[in-house]
Amino acid sequence: MASVPPSQAASAPAAIRPYAESRPRAARTMWGDAWRRFRRHRLAMAGATVFLVLSAATVIGPVVYRVGINTIDFHASMAPPSAAHPFGTNDLGQDMLARVLYGGRLSIAVGITAMLMSVTVGTLMGAMAGFFGRTTDLLLMRVTDVFLSLPSLPLLLLVIYLYRDTLARLFGPQFGIFWLIVVVIGGLNWMPTARLVRAGFLAVKEKEFIEAARSLGVGTLSQIFRHILPNVLSPVIVSATLSVGSAIIAESTLSFLGLGFPPDTPTWGRLLYDSQNYLDMAPHMALFPGLMICLAVLSVNYVGDGLRDALDPRRLP
Amino acid sequence: MGRDDLELLARDLRNGRISRRQAIARLAAVGLSAGSLGSALTASSPGPARAAAGGRGASGVLKLLYWQAPTILNPHLSQGTKDFHAAHLCCEALLTVDAAGNFAPVLAANVPSRANGQVAADGRSVTYKLKQGMKWADGRPFTSDDVVFTYQFVANKQTGATTYGSYVNVATVVPVDPYTVKITFKTPTPAWYVPFVGSNGMILPRHALDGYVGSNARNAPFNVKAFGTGPYMVDTFHPGDLVVYKINPYYRDPGKPAFSQVQMKGGGDATSAARAALETGEYDYAWNLQVEWPVLQGIAKGGKGQILTGRGGGVEQLYLNQSDPNKMVDGQRSSVKAPHPFLTDPKVRQALVMASDRQTIAQQLYGTTGDATANTLTTPTTLASKDTKVVFDIARANQLLDEAGYTRGPDGIRQKNGVKLQGVYQTSVNSLRQKEQEIIKAGWQQIGVAMTLKSIDAGVFFSSSPGNNDTWAHFYTDVEMFTTGFGSPFPSAYMARWYTGDPAKDIPQKENDWSGIACTRWIDKTFNDLYDEAQHELDPAKSRQLWIKMNDRVVDQAVAIPLVDRKIVSARANTLDTGPNMTPFDDETWNIADWKRRA
Repeated sequence: MASVPPSQAASAPAAIRPYAESRPRAARTMWGDAWRRFRRHRLAMAGATVFLVLSAATVIGPVVYRVGINTIDFHASMAPPSAAHPFGTNDLGQDMLARVLYGGRLSIAVGITAMLMSVTVGTLMGAMAGFFGRTTDLLLMRVTDVFLSLPSLPLLLLVIYLYRDTLARLFGPQFGIFWLIVVVIGGLNWMPTARLVRAGFLAVKEKEFIEAARSLGVGTLSQIFRHILPNVLSPVIVSATLSVGSAIIAESTLSFLGLGFPPDTPTWGRLLYDSQNYLDMAPHMALFPGLMICLAVLSVNYVGDGLRDALDPRRLP
Repeated sequence: MGRDDLELLARDLRNGRISRRQAIARLAAVGLSAGSLGSALTASSPGPARAAAGGRGASGVLKLLYWQAPTILNPHLSQGTKDFHAAHLCCEALLTVDAAGNFAPVLAANVPSRANGQVAADGRSVTYKLKQGMKWADGRPFTSDDVVFTYQFVANKQTGATTYGSYVNVATVVPVDPYTVKITFKTPTPAWYVPFVGSNGMILPRHALDGYVGSNARNAPFNVKAFGTGPYMVDTFHPGDLVVYKINPYYRDPGKPAFSQVQMKGGGDATSAARAALETGEYDYAWNLQVEWPVLQGIAKGGKGQILTGRGGGVEQLYLNQSDPNKMVDGQRSSVKAPHPFLTDPKVRQALVMASDRQTIAQQLYGTTGDATANTLTTPTTLASKDTKVVFDIARANQLLDEAGYTRGPDGIRQKNGVKLQGVYQTSVNSLRQKEQEIIKAGWQQIGVAMTLKSIDAGVFFSSSPGNNDTWAHFYTDVEMFTTGFGSPFPSAYMARWYTGDPAKDIPQKENDWSGIACTRWIDKTFNDLYDEAQHELDPAKSRQLWIKMNDRVVDQAVAIPLVDRKIVSARANTLDTGPNMTPFDDETWNIADWKRRA
């Protein structure tokens, strides 16, 4: 059989394997297996390392590298990278390294949180539609269609216009807008995931091992999350990693329209946008934020690639 | 048929050996269009003779690039500066006026004045003598009746003329004889030169628009096929994209204009327009280059053209809200009934002025396209106050706040009785403005005033929609920044943004659909009295003094912080001579009849 469900491998009674008595070893779990497979995936490990380093740098960086992100110095305007300014300066003479580090926090946080949000919503919707079928399926998929047909940019503008001030007052200007952006970007990106998950569920739920699980009396939730979901996870993870990049870019679109973070908040998208007129005079202004976005998205993609291979229950160690 | 054959044909045609129709027939026989002949004609014309300022139409095609495209060509229905400029190729006003407020006749035979008796001593009327023997582009004569008609067209409220404001004080326009017209005013005014002068004063042909006065005005064919007494008339017009003009055959000067065709192309943005004129040379003229100075400077190194600047691009200034933007009163924020918690304190306002680094903003972000200024009224130059100074003094600003009783909290922000000096500072989305915001914010931070920056799409910020809380008139923040142009050498409309003679009408609020323009909600009797007096002061010297006093009052009270006296900025190709076309009170195309190629 092509797919051996992990539940069977992991929970098989020890009595069936008499040799286990003589050679005791730690019980194998699905996640343990996945981790072992993931570690063997070199690009994924490299991606994970780069992403961790980037994240750590943006978290610790501003604490260690104590240069103000808004310190204006026209004498050092558009200076190329040097010892004083490792990433150079922008047209106002502000230090690019400090801005890139600080902006990375927001960009990575927006990207990851929005991705988690869209994957969670999409998986739940898709799983319910695919598993329960009939009316539930019909209803949820029409909701998905409605969301897919909504023009996202005008909707974004409307939502932000309506709720920006309220949220800013409740949570402070930066945090309020952070949640608004995350909810808005995540809330408009879950539909492809939902469709992928639904399609996967429809295929897997007819398989024999699910029938077996059902006849053994496994509960609904357990069937969904323990038996079917791991088998449909791989396309979800690919789409999730891709959505991290698009969330970072979506945030910069909002900044461009004056609807994202306050204009002096240097997210990567905004840094890139600000530098577009200076490409010929000070290419470093675009290079570093661009490189960061590129690295972050690429590394997340590789991690996703590795995760997909690692979590695929059909691939035995 | 090769290129040589084409040029032979063109030569035959020029020498009159064959007719144009014959030439086109021959071309058609080999599958070429008439256009290729046209290009051969211009391409093979003798170079130097064409380049020199020859006769009418000798300089070929002139290409203008407007990154905002013209949408309507009737000058009194214009939707913006670009429409006025586009209309000004066809239509003309009675007078034009320069940055110092000096007049020059265009359709008028001379400039009216008190000395020549044409401006009445009681300020109630002005009489214009018109140039004689002039014709419209369709050959009909131009007379005083057309001036009368223009007034009838604009003054009809149903027409919805955007120039209406310049004519509100006009009582009657009467033709004395075919070449003399007398304008009387409702109230005595020193501003006889507001109607029929500059951008807002272009004269329309009665015979083209007679049936289109009132609500029918927008349907007039003239709006897309404009013509007038000017050097050009519209050939083809694609609203929002391209206008092609041809020469007006009846233009009064037989040696002008120099170009046989003018193309006004719309679209793109200011930066790409600057590149097209200065770096790549695709266009001869690019209008309104609102580009950050370092960028513009870099583009200008392309060497294909030169930057043109002129006084009077308006003053970029900060407005300090005198009402509380966070308190809801009668269903609206920023209500006059709720005074601002700290911006109503003159010492706080003074401190903010001192902590605003205007010199840096002007030098670094505007370069030659703007000067730091302490005045809100800078143009015409005769009205610019000399008693004000640009000061940047953080120590003094801190001292003022200490005196006012605001002490620094643990977060570095000053406060008094629980009122923290923090707020929101809004402007339109524009990378130059966002940099100004950062510089101002950094300065204010040094004196313990914290600002959160907000930028709003220009289409929303400058709109007059009563339902949108993000417009400049709603002013639902503590500080805002934008530029207003002067419009007229009589600064009545410009200074009206501080006038609150009737607060219910002048201050934007829910009850008047936010239609007032006194956005700071500052009610000051001294200013209002000066303003009322200036409306009727006929003595030019006294009138000037009143406007200067008004400026000084605003600056002393610091309800607004003037930052930069901006210039109007355009670019022209090195080969193009546009004369003194950059003027604040008229359109940059006002003298297009004189534009020519440099020898």
